[in-house]
Amino acid sequence: MKHSRLPLLTTILVLVFFYLPIVILIVNSFNAARFGGTWGGFSLKWYAKLFAAREIWHAFRNTMIIAVSATALATVIGTCAAFALHRYHGKLQKLHYTLIYTPLVVPEILMGMSLLLFFVALRMQLGLFTIFLAHVTFCISYVTMVVLARLQDFDFAIVEAAMDLGANWWTTLWRVLVPLLAPGIAAGALLAFTLSVDDFVISFFVAGPGSTTLPIRIYSMIKFGATPLINALSALLLVATFLIVWLTQHLLHKEKA
Amino acid sequence: MGEFLEFDNVSKSFGTVRAVDAVSLRIKRGEFFSLLGPSGCGKTTLLRMLGGFEKPDCGRIFLDGNDITDLPPNRRQVNTIFQNYALFPHLSVWENIAFGLRVAKRPRHEIQDEVARMLKLIRMEEHAHKRPDQISGGQKQRVAIARALINKPSVLLLDEPLAALDLKLRQHMLLELDIIHDQVGITFLYVTHDQGEAMSLSDRIAVMHNGKVEQLGTPGEIYEAPRSSFVAAFIGDTNFFEGTVREIISQDYSRLAIDGFPDVVVFNDKNMRCGDAVYFSVRPEKFRISREKRALDDKHNVIAATVEDIIYLGSHTKYWVRAGEYRLAINRQHVRFLLDEQPIRWKDDVWIWWHADDGYMLERYSESDENLMQVPPEAIGENGTDTPSGDAR
Repeated sequence: MKHSRLPLLTTILVLVFFYLPIVILIVNSFNAARFGGTWGGFSLKWYAKLFAAREIWHAFRNTMIIAVSATALATVIGTCAAFALHRYHGKLQKLHYTLIYTPLVVPEILMGMSLLLFFVALRMQLGLFTIFLAHVTFCISYVTMVVLARLQDFDFAIVEAAMDLGANWWTTLWRVLVPLLAPGIAAGALLAFTLSVDDFVISFFVAGPGSTTLPIRIYSMIKFGATPLINALSALLLVATFLIVWLTQHLLHKEKA
Repeated sequence: MGEFLEFDNVSKSFGTVRAVDAVSLRIKRGEFFSLLGPSGCGKTTLLRMLGGFEKPDCGRIFLDGNDITDLPPNRRQVNTIFQNYALFPHLSVWENIAFGLRVAKRPRHEIQDEVARMLKLIRMEEHAHKRPDQISGGQKQRVAIARALINKPSVLLLDEPLAALDLKLRQHMLLELDIIHDQVGITFLYVTHDQGEAMSLSDRIAVMHNGKVEQLGTPGEIYEAPRSSFVAAFIGDTNFFEGTVREIISQDYSRLAIDGFPDVVVFNDKNMRCGDAVYFSVRPEKFRISREKRALDDKHNVIAATVEDIIYLGSHTKYWVRAGEYRLAINRQHVRFLLDEQPIRWKDDVWIWWHADDGYMLERYSESDENLMQVPPEAIGENGTDTPSGDAR
């Protein structure tokens, strides 16, 4: 029997389409030449320069502060929202679900604009705090969706079983609910974290002086011509993102054992 | 002894549906008590109120003289076997069983001793380290039992515990439950829709229908003397007739007129009067069937019939016969089946008879029972076994 070559060909083309730019970027980050067009030999000098660049580290620090704090708050609120959506049903919950779901589909630029107008109207000083609030806003939706998906196949009879066996609410929460839902909650948190680190559009709108995040910094650097520094930085970010995404998938697909 | 667990006039509604309607029950210490009824009859709600997962709208629940109506589940001396076992998937068999004692912060050596004892009781010592997804359905069931029993509850609640098992395993677990009940000696409250399970295990059964207890009694009483047409139809197979009382023959016997059927003599334990409209029921195994007419006393009803169907069922044969306007089910045990000199064949003219004491009269059924009575008896039992009648005798 002769196998068709078409599926293999398609797969290769898709992979090339997806990953070739990334591969070029990574290769270039090790390119000693200043411009990507020529290969000037293997070098780690861009990485060395990157580690010396103050303003990049400042932006990185901002990004991390925002990502960690926004993820923490969004995870708590998002998990609670998921519980509420799963346990109670009513007209109000339908509205709740729509409200949670909408940020996932609303164009980012719209969210950025509206948040900016909102903060200005409230006369809030644009800065780390406004970025933090903006990130919490959209991260909640993602955390809720991920945790809600885990709750769909969660058997609440085991909560009753725990109470039946003498556990109070607190014990049930820590011995049964949290261990069983931890993978889902962690996956939601990691997703929120990646999104927060990644976010450019919304952050761009609500950032103020001194609160530049990494994506904004990269954008402003690239405006004045691509520096190989960015290749190195992007390569590192890529590795970190891949790790986090892989971990998320791993947690989501892990058997509920 | 005496009353140990008491439901006093307990009601519970969900929206407009009255799930449990003013139920009062008294259950004795150490009793194996079953709540039996079709789905939606309120039996599970009653059990969940005892477990503390639902609050009654009104009425009180007493356990050993104490009012437990308002106690949360974790402060009641009862433990539940859930329908799908509800084992903790992230804990091993050993940890599942130890859960109750660990929550109660009991000393380590005591937990170890008790869990070991329980593992032995359910014969699962070699599976202690496994997780629930690595053991079979029957084993999960046994772990759920051990997990509930280790807390030494006063009452063990079982919510359709065998429903998720296949027939063979179900029969095996029935025996196992019976043995465990004998060993631990505590009160079992068992909820099921399967009359076979309830019949074979229980000391007493409460048959529930539309949120009410239709009849309370031993399996024998419920089978032999159902108090309502619902109970008669729900428990085992039976043949129903509509009739009116034509004549009171003596203090104990009366004669019924049935449309499209000869008059029958029936034991009158309900103090019916002349002209009363009644339902009359005879179980399939109470009929005798033969090709020859027997000379019998006037306490017997002897009626001519024609065989319409013969279903061979191994331990017995089921005959469907036409008598008057009625199609009747008759069960006949096999004695010398192959050597039967004159086997009854399809379309044979036969005589059927039964003693007046073997039929009983019932009051008129309510509207909601109607479809139950029209369904052929086989379709009612969901368990696939044909002979619930065998359990009662």
